[in-house]
Amino acid sequence: MPENPKPQHAAGETPETAPEQTAAAAAVDTAGGAMEPSAVPATAQSGQLPGGPDTVLRKIFTGSGMVSVLAVLLALVIGGLLIASTDKQVAATSTYLFARPADFLAAVWNAATRSYIALFQGSVFNPRGNTAAAQFAPFTETLTIATPLITAGLGVALAFRAGLFNIGAQGQIIMAGILAAWVGFALDLPLGLHLLLVLVAGIIGGAVWGGLVGLLKARTGAHEVILTIMFNYIALYFLRYLLNTPAFQRPGETNPISPILEASAVYPQILGGQFRLHLGFVLAIAATVLVWWLLNRSTVGFEFRAVGANPKAAQTAGINVSRATILVMAIAGGLAGLSGVAQVAGTEKVLTDGVAATYGFDAITVALLGRSTPWGTFAAGLLFGAFRAGAVQMQIQTGTPIDIVLVVQSLIVLFIAAPPLVRAVFGLNPRRKKPARAAKSRRAATTGGAA
Amino acid sequence: MSTTVSSPNPGTPRPVNAGPGERAAAVSAKPVGWRTPVILAAFALIALVFFGLMGPNQTASFGISTGSDFFQLPALEINAFAGGLVLSIVLLALAGYAVYLKTQDRPAPGWLNVAFIVLFVAAFLIWVVGGARTPAISLAGLIAGSVTLAVPLVFGSLSGVLCERVGVVNIAIEGQLLGGAFTAAIVATITQNPFIGLIAAAAAGAVVSMVLAVFSIKYVVNQIIVGVVLNVLVSGVTGFLFSTVMQANKAQFNSPPGLDIIEIPLLSGIPIIGPILFRQSLVGYLMYAAVLVVWVGLFKTRWGLRVRAVGEHPQAADTLGINVNATRFWNVTLGGAVAGIGGSFFTLVAIDSFTKEISGGRGFIALAALIFGRWNPIGAFFAALLFGFADNLQSIVTIIGTPVPSQFMAMLPYLVTVLAVAGLVGKSRGPAASGIPYVKG
Repeated sequence: MPENPKPQHAAGETPETAPEQTAAAAAVDTAGGAMEPSAVPATAQSGQLPGGPDTVLRKIFTGSGMVSVLAVLLALVIGGLLIASTDKQVAATSTYLFARPADFLAAVWNAATRSYIALFQGSVFNPRGNTAAAQFAPFTETLTIATPLITAGLGVALAFRAGLFNIGAQGQIIMAGILAAWVGFALDLPLGLHLLLVLVAGIIGGAVWGGLVGLLKARTGAHEVILTIMFNYIALYFLRYLLNTPAFQRPGETNPISPILEASAVYPQILGGQFRLHLGFVLAIAATVLVWWLLNRSTVGFEFRAVGANPKAAQTAGINVSRATILVMAIAGGLAGLSGVAQVAGTEKVLTDGVAATYGFDAITVALLGRSTPWGTFAAGLLFGAFRAGAVQMQIQTGTPIDIVLVVQSLIVLFIAAPPLVRAVFGLNPRRKKPARAAKSRRAATTGGAA
Repeated sequence: MSTTVSSPNPGTPRPVNAGPGERAAAVSAKPVGWRTPVILAAFALIALVFFGLMGPNQTASFGISTGSDFFQLPALEINAFAGGLVLSIVLLALAGYAVYLKTQDRPAPGWLNVAFIVLFVAAFLIWVVGGARTPAISLAGLIAGSVTLAVPLVFGSLSGVLCERVGVVNIAIEGQLLGGAFTAAIVATITQNPFIGLIAAAAAGAVVSMVLAVFSIKYVVNQIIVGVVLNVLVSGVTGFLFSTVMQANKAQFNSPPGLDIIEIPLLSGIPIIGPILFRQSLVGYLMYAAVLVVWVGLFKTRWGLRVRAVGEHPQAADTLGINVNATRFWNVTLGGAVAGIGGSFFTLVAIDSFTKEISGGRGFIALAALIFGRWNPIGAFFAALLFGFADNLQSIVTIIGTPVPSQFMAMLPYLVTVLAVAGLVGKSRGPAASGIPYVKG
């Protein structure tokens, strides 16, 4: 399994690099040291195509930013086709497709756009609202749903940067939720202090659960992907167990649900009572700034990135890789813990076994879409939050199932991970690419032979 | 540490030995560690205290025969306290033997771990049943149910074996199972033929796998990323089509004819073994066949040698003229087809229709079984059986009312896997090149 599963982050730093070559180069670098490491940094090798300077236009269209936009577009188109394929009107017009193809195409267009318009109205702006507040209510809902996505996504992204694949946000959210909720409903503390303690408890819960993975990885070499997947399930069953014990189950309730958190333990609603948006969103912004600072300005963050780029080199350079592994997983867990707190102290105000919903798994796609940069993750969290919020409205208005969001989400990430595919679909692959590539691999072959 | 070729009795063919542990053992000339003996001793002590000394003084009854067997055996009656005590003393003896071997600087042989696990499970079972409100279960039913629950797990872990042995990490087992289950349901319903449904399920699993292969081999995208995303994608697509197509018209799209249980006359009447081996659906029989075929294929044929070479050292394989990426592509596709067949078990055998997320995370347990079984088809098979056993025991435990919360039983496979990957129960190490894309040059 790869020591360094993150080709993207290098690409994220230098957007004009052709990402697929970076990926290939990084892959070469990760081949367990079996290959000669390149003297030039992988990211710097392929910045320009040989045979004349790139035009600005070409750079824009082939750059990774453009690829992200096109990937989103392509995913939306495929999602739209999927919606259309099950639409009744489309089915009806398809019977006379060859007689009047325009009808068919119009039906396809209608089916897809109707759903997407409903999605937009449910997530950003609803023109049918009576007041400005009602019109922008969907946007606050987007922000509310984006909150746990952003913080958990930051946790996943941070671990990515240190070369760790943290699939365990789900479990970390759950553990955080358990601790935060317990402090929230079982303790009776003054206003302010209570919420602070809820927050701290949640962060600790997530950090311990994440740090444990880091510890096991550092001490035994067990792969973090397997560990985090297993830890997710362990956390879930532990939660289900707790919700059936008197300490956690609401008195007089047979369903597995906890008491409601005390009023002093929940996040204040920052836009007033009519919106669900709570303090957790502000904390998510703060967390994004913090992670940005940590990664780009702090010594610890430098160590994380060094370990992520090449653990062996980092070790040689005197960085304690074990310590970095444990620390980064603990911080990642703490960030996911913030999501857990946002869920129990912000959105839900109770603890159920659906506390983490699918936020932990969505966080992975959020981090991937955000290319593991803090602000990229923030933006990706907002986008996926909008999808989630809008999907509810879409289902009500047009009957399109929420699952379409999963499809679009995963397609976006797939396409973003494979820029050559996206460029090929849009016909943007540079013509001169092929000979250039062949020459490059010939060169590599000769050096390989020499070594 | 534990599975080793250098065990004192190399004559006994242990399936577990054929795993990648070989290489580790061959390389490790280092002294035997204290880890295994210490862990064994700790578990033996736990058994002694909880299952033995604190064991419930009730008689646990294990039914062996079912009504359809052609001869009836009396139920096994064991005093839980005495049984727990005896077994835990045996466990202590095994642990003591491991400690003795360590002092002689010899590693514990493979059979010792297997025996330890089996006896520990037995002691646990006696303790659980002995402490229940109604201390009687049908052992035959328990084991037969375990095999049934293990069927998709076995197929899933075989898919994992095929992919990882060739150097591609397959996190998408869950998606392959789900895709297989969905396609089996819809195709079998439309054609009114479960066999076509079965073939379609294999094709669907293969398609999911091909996406994994194309993205991870051609586009060199990180295999774990593709796997994780594929799971979401398949979940989304099947969920979407279920809501739009299947729910609207259940009779037309979601009532597949099931695959019947095929009983082999006479043989199926043998107590315990009969229902497991000779009273299965077609998918169940295919499972046994698949385990054997994959094992023989991987370890006894030229194809298997090439596959393993690609998974362990692609450069070397390439030098010898093996097309690494083509081998990887077709193996991953084959793996997907196998998992797809496993998925059809949900809709063609276990339940008579498709529902959202019908695979319920079993793809991840299959992944766990693969690791616990040390990347070996037969090891994975037994690991899957163990997890199926835990799953089945969990529901039985809830029925007979024991002191152990069922959630902890459900947690067990995952805990065991964590212990396994953390190297607490022997070293488990995957193929060397697994997860590393191969870029020729």
